[in-house]
Amino acid sequence: MRNALTTQNFRPFNLTKKSRPGETVIQSLLFIAGVLSIIITVTLVYELGKEALLFFNNSDVTLAKFFGTTEWQPGVGKYGIWPLVTSTLITSLIAMLISLPLGLSAALYLSEYASPKARSILKPILEILAGIPTVVYGFFALLFVTPLLQSILGKDNIEVYNMLSAGLVMGIMILPLISSMSEDAFSAVPRPLREGAYAMGATKLETSLQVVLPAALSGIGAAIILGISRAIGETMIVAVAAGSGPNFTFNPFQAAETMTGNIARISGGDLSYGSIDYTSLFAIALMLFLVTLALNLISQYIVQRFREQYE
Amino acid sequence: MNKNNFPQGDAFRRELDGRYRKATIGQTAFLSALLIAVISLTALLYNIVDGAFGYTAYEYKIDPSTITSKPLNELSQQELVDVLKTNLSKGAYNKLNNEQAMEKRSQADLLSLVLERIIRIDTKGVWSLTESLFHKADIEAEIAEKYPDAKLEFRTWLTMSFLTTPMSSRAEFAGARTAILGSLWLVGIAILFALPIGVGAAVYLQEYAPKNLLTRIIQTNINNLAGVPSIVYGMLGLALFVRVLEPFTSGKLFGVTDSNGRTILAAGLTMGVLVLPLIIINAQEAIKAVPDSLRQAAYGVGATRWQTIWHHVLPNSIAGILTGTILSISRAIGETAPLIVVGASTFITVDPQGPFSKFTALPIQIFNWTTRAQPEFHAIAASAIIVLMVMLLSLNATAILLRNRFQRRL
Repeated sequence: MRNALTTQNFRPFNLTKKSRPGETVIQSLLFIAGVLSIIITVTLVYELGKEALLFFNNSDVTLAKFFGTTEWQPGVGKYGIWPLVTSTLITSLIAMLISLPLGLSAALYLSEYASPKARSILKPILEILAGIPTVVYGFFALLFVTPLLQSILGKDNIEVYNMLSAGLVMGIMILPLISSMSEDAFSAVPRPLREGAYAMGATKLETSLQVVLPAALSGIGAAIILGISRAIGETMIVAVAAGSGPNFTFNPFQAAETMTGNIARISGGDLSYGSIDYTSLFAIALMLFLVTLALNLISQYIVQRFREQYE
Repeated sequence: MNKNNFPQGDAFRRELDGRYRKATIGQTAFLSALLIAVISLTALLYNIVDGAFGYTAYEYKIDPSTITSKPLNELSQQELVDVLKTNLSKGAYNKLNNEQAMEKRSQADLLSLVLERIIRIDTKGVWSLTESLFHKADIEAEIAEKYPDAKLEFRTWLTMSFLTTPMSSRAEFAGARTAILGSLWLVGIAILFALPIGVGAAVYLQEYAPKNLLTRIIQTNINNLAGVPSIVYGMLGLALFVRVLEPFTSGKLFGVTDSNGRTILAAGLTMGVLVLPLIIINAQEAIKAVPDSLRQAAYGVGATRWQTIWHHVLPNSIAGILTGTILSISRAIGETAPLIVVGASTFITVDPQGPFSKFTALPIQIFNWTTRAQPEFHAIAASAIIVLMVMLLSLNATAILLRNRFQRRL
């Protein structure tokens, strides 16, 4: 008698219930790898926070001194953070003043004007600039830009170590970041918007500045904020060219140490764990981390929230 | 312009000409921004090459002709040993002999010892390539006036011996060997740490992760980690790898006793943490680029998730993952700030022996030499930069080749 396949004796293979221990193990390992990034962040915040708390718990350090005085020398009881902050802001400001107009212009040229051939030559140059290690930029700032500035402005007017040359070179370093991010934003602006403008008789410049630029504003905003964050966190250019030793000044021709430069100089020496110098570095690093984190988050938020939806 | 009063006739012409003029000016302005970038890059490269070659004027403390009749570099190994024996004090000679037996030292090594310890070169001036080429007469006149005994010589600072000799306190004899080896060790450890974890995380996020809050947090967190300043990673490395994990990173757990936590291992792990987000993001992009039809086909014939990933997704994204890895390596190789914080030594003459050695790296030496006051150190800093840039360039060229191949296949 043939065994007819009926609803009574049909038993499908139950694929879902088969346990696959190998797959589970692999999946758990991959999950751990994914979660590790969170562990790193938590460790980072914990370690920075722990040491920074030690600094602020020091009976000598008060918030009034930290934010209210203008001399930074934790070793001898001077805890005013301002000289480091102002020099960080000044070098970053100079860098942004250079990189923003240049980066935007470069991006506009690449996305609106350049022929594919010109693009294929010009784009890699920006990529090379982006790939140069910052210590090399530091060398360039100290041994090329500073002498150049001295020969233009006169040796007496500008110090050997100065914030101006560090800021200028930092601007060149950040230029590729600004230009590539804004170029992405420009190329996300749909073609019909441009065609519409051309049809109305607008010139290329009018189309670029009055149609493409406003449509890409959120992307540009994100690029600017990321650029600022990069400038604040940049270490080697300022460590080489901006000078060592905190100096409360707003004069870009003078030497002044930034937050990052201070960390690099102090930690480069022999440092005993738990000393006030050691913990003070963590206080600065925590500030750096929080500021750049906030800037990065804002930048990401802008990109996501204000992205123009054209489809 | 009043909208209701559109200009007519000549006024219209003038208006149009004005707008075209503006358009041309605008285009020129945009292009000049790119030209400034090109000029900056050219100036930077010129500055480096300019510094690595040129005239140098030097004096000897002891003239070589008073020691031997033959030119120094033609002396044999034995003759050099004799020179050292007769001209050094007994104690100094024995000390050198104890470090490494004289008979076992190479001819080049002995020669540099003779130059360094006996003849003691004293550099009086260093000129850049441009100055050397165009102002030779001025340089000669200046030397003749200020240092009549000094010799003027065109020197290529970047030589084979610069690559193969260890550090020295005198720029004239210093080499980048320890630094290059240190950099290679660091990058090796960083990649060994970051590549498997980074690819694992990327696979998890692209292939397994459910669309929930945790996944979103992980993704945002990785993007943020990529933007944390490198010096902050240095502080993490100092607190975690150098201090907390000292028994591990100093090698105490493995019976190494002569080091503290400031080792290659600690620095390499710090670098690994630093490049991890970059590797994850790049690997995610590569995995995203694998067409979904491949996965559907694999599932269709009954493959499990891991089988699909292992046999189809990873092989098809490997070129992209490698490209990202190479770019991360080139980031790690040029990174300086975290190494300073983690405690790179600026002066070591022995090659790194293993993960628990003290270390220095190429960018650290560039930083150190750049910040020295003497111009001869700037010359070797420029040479070290050329070495570093050549390494980066070849890495990036490899990445581009891989990318091109990858783009053709899919």
